[in-house]
Amino acid sequence: MSHPKKGDKVTFKIEGRTYDGRYGDSLLEQLRKHGYEVPSLCYHEAVSPYGSCRLCLVEVKKGKKQKVTTSCNYPVQEGIEVFVNTEKVRRYRKVVLQLHLSKTPKSKAVRDLAAEYGVMETPYEVQEQDKDNDCVLCGLCSRVCDEIVHVSAISFTGRGQNKRMQSPYDETAEACIGCGACVYVCPTDCIGLQESDGIRHIEKWHRDLPLQTCEKCGKQFFPTFMLMEFSKRTGISKDQLNICPACRNSVV
Amino acid sequence: MARIDSVSELEKYRAQLVAHRDPERKAISVCTSGCIAYGADKLVDAFRQGLKARGLDDKVDVKTTGCHGFCERGPLVVIHPGNLFYQRVQPGDVDEILDETIEKGENIDRLMFHLDDGTVMACEDDVPFYKNQKRLLLKDNSSLDPYSIDDYIALGGYGALGKVLAGMKPDEVVTTVKDSGLRGRGGGGFPTGVKWESCRNAPSDDGVRYIICNADEGDPGAFMDRALLEGNPHAVIEGMIIGAFAIGHPGKPQGYVYVRNEYPIAVERLGVALEQAREKGLLGDDILGSGLSFDIRINKGGGAFVCGESTALMASIEGDVGEPRAKHIHTVEAGLWDKPTNLNNVESWANVPLILDRGVEWFTAIGTGDVRGNPWGGSKGTKIFALVGKVNNTGLVEVPMGTTLREIIYDIGGGIKDGKEFKAVQTGGPSGGCLPADKLDLPVDFDELTKVGSMMGSGGMIVMDEDTCMVDVARYFLHFLADESCGKCITCREGLVQLCSIVDRICEGNGKPEDLELLDELSETVSEASLCALGQTAPNPLRSTMKYFREEYEEHINEKKCRGGVCKSLITYSINDKCTGCLICKKKCPQQCISGEKDKLHVIDQSNCIKCGVCMDVCKYDAVDVN
Ligand SMILES: Cc1cc2nc3c(=O)[nH]c(=O)nc-3n(C[C@H](O)[C@H](O)[C@H](O)COP(=O)(O)O)c2cc1C
Ligand code: SF4
Ligand code: SF4
Ligand code: SF4
Ligand code: SF4
Ligand code: SF4
Ligand code: FES
Repeated sequence: MSHPKKGDKVTFKIEGRTYDGRYGDSLLEQLRKHGYEVPSLCYHEAVSPYGSCRLCLVEVKKGKKQKVTTSCNYPVQEGIEVFVNTEKVRRYRKVVLQLHLSKTPKSKAVRDLAAEYGVMETPYEVQEQDKDNDCVLCGLCSRVCDEIVHVSAISFTGRGQNKRMQSPYDETAEACIGCGACVYVCPTDCIGLQESDGIRHIEKWHRDLPLQTCEKCGKQFFPTFMLMEFSKRTGISKDQLNICPACRNSVV
Repeated sequence: MARIDSVSELEKYRAQLVAHRDPERKAISVCTSGCIAYGADKLVDAFRQGLKARGLDDKVDVKTTGCHGFCERGPLVVIHPGNLFYQRVQPGDVDEILDETIEKGENIDRLMFHLDDGTVMACEDDVPFYKNQKRLLLKDNSSLDPYSIDDYIALGGYGALGKVLAGMKPDEVVTTVKDSGLRGRGGGGFPTGVKWESCRNAPSDDGVRYIICNADEGDPGAFMDRALLEGNPHAVIEGMIIGAFAIGHPGKPQGYVYVRNEYPIAVERLGVALEQAREKGLLGDDILGSGLSFDIRINKGGGAFVCGESTALMASIEGDVGEPRAKHIHTVEAGLWDKPTNLNNVESWANVPLILDRGVEWFTAIGTGDVRGNPWGGSKGTKIFALVGKVNNTGLVEVPMGTTLREIIYDIGGGIKDGKEFKAVQTGGPSGGCLPADKLDLPVDFDELTKVGSMMGSGGMIVMDEDTCMVDVARYFLHFLADESCGKCITCREGLVQLCSIVDRICEGNGKPEDLELLDELSETVSEASLCALGQTAPNPLRSTMKYFREEYEEHINEKKCRGGVCKSLITYSINDKCTGCLICKKKCPQQCISGEKDKLHVIDQSNCIKCGVCMDVCKYDAVDVN
């Protein structure tokens, strides 16, 4: 048995057409690159795949076996054949979308996505606890916070129906630097970031951080705590960071 | 004697042990596994004190052993030599046993097993419960002291390891296991040798390969792995050392046993056994002078059912939340800390020394199919089942693969309790399928069970009688699995909750005819589109009952009827004319909704009845009906 390594060149097929790729690439990304449409809620190319929304279903034939699988966490491999729109894929995806509609009934992002695939309503009951909660538990926020921001301010807790994305003990996320990266990637816009009276407020993580006033133009820009953290990590002095990016650029 | 430095020294050591052992020496073996629940620890104390008082404590051994299997009759005591079998022994029986049996050699009739016709079965091996089994893995549990490595060695223990280290190459060991047809006992039935081979061949830059034993045993009602670890921990350790040699030598194989948190006795006995093995040089550096270096650490489980799943287990050892991940790149290539990792179940590991000791031909003669050239071609060896539910003899049962359900339930299990009719048997744990009476002659092996919509799983076997409602059974397991779902993927987390809520409404009498179609569609999606085997198999109890007992679903929905008399919303209690007016039910009814005078027919006021069934339980005249 030979053992392929990540990054080895491989050839595979999508809907009968041959493509080149690298062993270990996310199949979802390859599909999109080649113009195939695949829905997703929990995938972002900047972070590792997770596989929780079950929307990116495709059928993959490997050797003699053909089965339905999620494509985001499927590593592209030599010789696989991929089918993106089989009867099974459509059928299971419909049910998955119906489940999403019963889980996050108010989320506009979810309803729009479902509508795109012709799913307008769900035969499943909406559970009381889910009525006003738009979080799809995709985990993108915590993966961004772990893998990109390297702060790990938030995480999943509980299991099954009690699974939640939270700050520790659902109290103030003390480690959160208020960068807003999680807010940016959240597919359902359910984290909530507001700025008022010189404070950046991140609702879901119960985090309030005072904003830095630019020493040049006097505008408020990033949270001071975040600038302190940047200063610690980069060695750039805090004074330099007290100038907003716009003013800094104009100086140079 | 401390460290043993070579295989020949091990054999010398064994010969000495055997020579010094008096085969006529008396020993009292008390099951201190499951029987602890019936007070077996008090029994052990009583034996020890009683022997001391008689000045016999250095002439007679008291052994605290693992589970003997016949839990229904616990606490169990076996007296050696001769394997005299005593059941339901209480501390009050101890003096009599010491006086009569130990001192005079007399058997005590009251404590022995009797057949229905009164025939006495003195010896453990004659009791039908045992006689109809093939106990390869469990047989030593009623004589071996798990705290004594010498006991194990004297019985031939570590002989297979000796044989491997003295004369075999790692590849030959892998081939032997592959040829034996051994398939994983933890649920999936994956051929063990094939897994070993992939793990051995997977590249590891620093030579580290992890050898793990899965002792998480999260199935409620299953306790075979516990019985093996508590009764014969060295067999599991020996299997793992052989595995380490076959998979990771030369290189740096490292071992873990991931033990369920609720198994303190297993953890303790395993810990003692590991320490003894290290002292003897059977673990650690340069094992038996072979150059193999390997040690095993104990890791206590994360406390959730899903932690038994291979990738969740590895995440848990790494210190993360026990959450499964996709296995498109197999754990044999990138498992624990991204190293090649070989995970096998306790029972799988315990089979390994037997196979190496007695050979492929012996092992493949037991079981079904033909595995020559195709490790998937059959199911070889024995399997241990935890037989529970409405069967007369509950306990641990070890039988050859291919034994029929009927043989297990009737010949060994002694049939259905209280003379009731058999209705169904669920195999494979919470996500196994429920099989009806016409499948009783099914030979139990991996493939046959899968074919009929169930599975081997870890070997749970729950017998159900005529008073069971199959919709309620599906409902029970769905709720269990919905609670145990890790919640990562929507199909399992949300899908199971929705399956529960549909089945709940059917049980409550609010089912709609179109619910059956909805259940079909949703359960198929949960099976096919979930990330790990928990979600993929969770609909099994539902789908199998919908297949084999569909009429019960239809009755619940269309006629609002529960033939098992279980679903409270669909049943009514009433009093028939056998009522003698004894007043008992009237007194016991928590709702005080039964009226009637002494010696007159009683009546239930349906509007207040909460259907608790108390009236039916207390009536001695069979005068309360449920429908
Ligand atoms: C939800 C879930 C729970 C599991 N629990 C166990 C367990 O408690 N013990 C076990 O040996 N295998 C368990 N398994 C199976 C393991 O993932 C794995 O297949 C097995 O340990 C491999 O060993 P084997 O090949 O010797 O059977 C579980 C699987 C799933 C999906
Ligand atoms: S805003 Fe806070 S929680 Fe969000 S990514 Fe930044 S540090 Fe993490
Ligand atoms: S808060 Fe947003 S990004 Fe985080 S898990 Fe929920 S839906 Fe995903
Ligand atoms: S199938 Fe269930 S248990 Fe498995 S990963 Fe998905 S949610 Fe978790
Ligand atoms: S079922 Fe319970 S509540 Fe109803 S009549 Fe009998 S005892 Fe009373
Ligand atoms: S217990 Fe039975 S016999 Fe006695 S009053 Fe009640 S129904 Fe009648
Ligand atoms: S994008 Fe693949 S499961 Fe969510």
